[in-house]
Amino acid sequence: MVLGLVALAVVAVACAPNATQSTLEPKGPYAQKSYDLFVPVFWVAVGIFVIVEGLLLLFVIRYRHRKNQTARIPAQVHGNTRLEIAWTILPTLILAGVAVPTIATIWDLAAKPTGDVLEVNVLAHQWWWEFDYPDQKILTANELHIPTGRPVYVTLCAVGFGYGTPVPSQGGPPAPNACQTGPPDGQPPAAIGAAVIHSFWVPELAGTQDVVPDLTNHLTIQADEPGVYEGQCKEFCGLSHAYMKFKVVAHTPADFERWVAEQQAPASPDVSGDAAAGKEIFLQTCTACHAVAGLETANGQPAIANGGPNLTHLMSRQCFRGCTLEVNDENLARWIADPRSVEAGSFMPDYGLTSDQIDQVVAFLNTLE
Amino acid sequence: MASVSVPAERPGGLLRRPHATTGWWSWFTTVDHKKIGILYGITAFGFFLIGGSEALLIRVQLARPDQTFLEPAVYNELFTMHGITMVFLVVMPLSAAFFNYLLPLMIGARDVVFPRLNAFSYWAFLFAGLFIYSSWFLGGAPNGGWFGYAPNSVTDPSVGMTFYAIGLLIAGIASTVSAVNLAVTVLNMRAPGMTLFRMPVFVWMGLVVQLLLAFSLPVITIGLTELLFDRLFGTHFFDVAAGGSPVLWQHLFWLFGHPEVYILVLPAMGIVSEILPVFARKPLFGYQFIVFSGIAIGFIGFGVWAHHMFAVGLGPVANTAFAVSTMIIAIPTGVKIFNWLGTLWNGDLRFATPMLFSIGFIAMFVIGGLSGVTHAVVPSDYQQTDTYYIVAHFHYVLFGGAIFGLFGGIYYWWPKVFGRMLSETWGKLNFWLMLIGFNMTFGPMHILGLQGMPRRIQSYPASLGLSFWNMVSSIGAFVIAISVLVFLINAISSFRKPKQMEADPWDARTLEWATSSPPPEYNFEEIPVVHSLDDLWHRKYAETEGGRVVPVAAGGSGETPSAGEHAGGDGGAGHGAGHAIHMPSPSYFPLIAAAGFPIVGYGLIFGRPAIVLGLVITLAGFFGWAMEPSSE
Repeated sequence: MVLGLVALAVVAVACAPNATQSTLEPKGPYAQKSYDLFVPVFWVAVGIFVIVEGLLLLFVIRYRHRKNQTARIPAQVHGNTRLEIAWTILPTLILAGVAVPTIATIWDLAAKPTGDVLEVNVLAHQWWWEFDYPDQKILTANELHIPTGRPVYVTLCAVGFGYGTPVPSQGGPPAPNACQTGPPDGQPPAAIGAAVIHSFWVPELAGTQDVVPDLTNHLTIQADEPGVYEGQCKEFCGLSHAYMKFKVVAHTPADFERWVAEQQAPASPDVSGDAAAGKEIFLQTCTACHAVAGLETANGQPAIANGGPNLTHLMSRQCFRGCTLEVNDENLARWIADPRSVEAGSFMPDYGLTSDQIDQVVAFLNTLE
Repeated sequence: MASVSVPAERPGGLLRRPHATTGWWSWFTTVDHKKIGILYGITAFGFFLIGGSEALLIRVQLARPDQTFLEPAVYNELFTMHGITMVFLVVMPLSAAFFNYLLPLMIGARDVVFPRLNAFSYWAFLFAGLFIYSSWFLGGAPNGGWFGYAPNSVTDPSVGMTFYAIGLLIAGIASTVSAVNLAVTVLNMRAPGMTLFRMPVFVWMGLVVQLLLAFSLPVITIGLTELLFDRLFGTHFFDVAAGGSPVLWQHLFWLFGHPEVYILVLPAMGIVSEILPVFARKPLFGYQFIVFSGIAIGFIGFGVWAHHMFAVGLGPVANTAFAVSTMIIAIPTGVKIFNWLGTLWNGDLRFATPMLFSIGFIAMFVIGGLSGVTHAVVPSDYQQTDTYYIVAHFHYVLFGGAIFGLFGGIYYWWPKVFGRMLSETWGKLNFWLMLIGFNMTFGPMHILGLQGMPRRIQSYPASLGLSFWNMVSSIGAFVIAISVLVFLINAISSFRKPKQMEADPWDARTLEWATSSPPPEYNFEEIPVVHSLDDLWHRKYAETEGGRVVPVAAGGSGETPSAGEHAGGDGGAGHGAGHAIHMPSPSYFPLIAAAGFPIVGYGLIFGRPAIVLGLVITLAGFFGWAMEPSSE
């Protein structure tokens, strides 16, 4: 009754088209492998469910005490060893049947893909994602761009606030293929806050992999078709855990090359009017944490991203703040004016800028295309 | 049976040993396992109402997308406190209530082996709960999840996770002491003839649970102490930069945490194993198999912890091993379910409320067990872990399982404890509302999880397409709330009826029904002599040569054993109303000794002098306890 309805609902809604972050609609071979295990096991479970609940219902109806029936004391049966052996061995066999493909797939998914593989380092901050393409020397945030039909091997690192990601296109070393948990050379250890555990998850492209401070974890994802796939941090990581989302944008290989070329270009340094004023404010305050390739800080140093996203091509992104806010003037102004009213516990301070100054900074940010 | 050789009197005693076993004050000094059981039950139920209210707030927040009813800081406190409350302050102590009340009665004993220690366990548990809840008023409740994953639980600047660590350490002291006490009681205090394999299954499950507690609590104690040291004294157990390891916390937590799951659900399995035979009017099918599968679950339960950590990155070898061990533990669990079905087969089933909850338990637990097996399929779990699919799974185990079983137990033993019946009409309404509300709340969570809703999120955007089932789930939560309200009405109104004092209203099979309802302080006038499993049933019914079961002509139901069958014990034959039975006197000291713990806790957080004060109080309590005469 109730149970049957629940089971029906599971099946019916499994196909509902409106869920955009669903594990039930794999869009690539790695997610497909998890799904291909889930579906048969689900139906085996449904089979056992029907048998057990069916027997339960049958016994409840068949052996119920009827009102007009004379009191009956049933035979005092204590058990049956053959039955016990049967219902110990049968489940064992079923589980053994489940275990074989499970184990095979565990090893399959753990293997590093070979051939033409794109490698990306994923740095999980509280509460946003940084994507570092070591071979392409690109650094971006909250949007992971990938080519279709090609495995993407991600290296997952949890980093603390203040972790300075070198800007690759400015000649900084490519991030290592193993997670660096301490501060980069030359920085005092105290500059780095403690990293916490996150979990990297794009259900339509692959299962979860946790991002753990003392481990260097890897995961392979792949999209078959161009499109935007929703991702989200799955492991509770503090105050604004719910707002640590990201998007995976899959392009055709040609489009991906175009995107790479755009990202590798430095930001246009020549600005005027409000944007020029905004640039001055940016250099004095924002470069404490944010970098823009080609920009030098007030004291002539190249900007290093010390905890905040690299903003070189901010305007090429759809979203910011863990991909939960659309990049537009209104949202940017609201964010700069009081980050903690937008995101609980945000590490971005409120610099107390006037609304004119904020408009100028936003005007400057608008030039970062 | 307790106090063996203590000084007959002591000079200048400050607190004389109290005598009164009635009146409101006696509840503070009692060492009677039945009163302590009732205290556990009432306290746990109070926390159940609080934890349930927290759940309702969570469901209001999640009813619709993009809600701002609760800000993230408060939401995180609420889901953390909901988990801590339901695990440590509701299901564990509610099970302890049943164990305390019933184990001595079921094995034919007069009390537990260490009555004052038993009171101490209760008070320490109560103070642990109050201590944790006081954090709401003293700087913020725990907010790092009941699982308290480091480093987030270390670096969080609010004081909440310090309350978490200290509070759970105190609760751990309470549970460890109680575990030793009850395990020794079961092993040493059984009535003559009550061999291990004549013990009711509930007693067996009680023994297994106490041993699980005794072996798993030390592990979490180490973890919590390290967390506390990291937070208070600047150690680096979980700090990567200094060579510590966050994964260490996860191993310690789950090496406790998975046996904990069985600590939570085995008591309910024991309760159901008592109720089904009574209302089917035939013995439990496969008694030995149910007992041995319970023991097997206890052992294997220590070897599956890393299935909570499949996505952590332990590598394919570990994931393979724990996938296999997790599948293996499904086998004894299945054996139990089939044996319960076997018990129903060919029975004469009477659907009183305890039976309804027991059958509800089986029906719901099967769902939780099956979804559990899908987690053992590791690549499938990579998708499901940390989603609402998991939330659905463990609520089917811990609510559909443990809570349904415990409610069945409440309805079943209520007449024994209070001498009054609960209303069957209200009881049935309670059951059906709870079954419907429960499935409405947690059934849709399977779908939500598979559709990509992570756990522990304060809000979700409308664009994820999760709104409909979240609304259904929230409505279901309020149906559950109504069912609990119905229970409260039922419970309170039962006290307006006269005591029926019927010893054996259900025509039951086990010894606790052989004494009056409620039982006298000394439980049995004469210690019963046990001849078989389901001893009480065999006193009431006999099998004819043709295999028919007929009531025994002489003696009615609920009589104590006939003359000549009692074991000498404390009283001789012929005494009335237990005059010559010596029971341990009440004592102030368990309460005093336990009262020092939370004060030490506050001292650790707010200032060192309170540590000294707390230690002095606890030590004074223990000293007075040790020097206390058996009576004065």
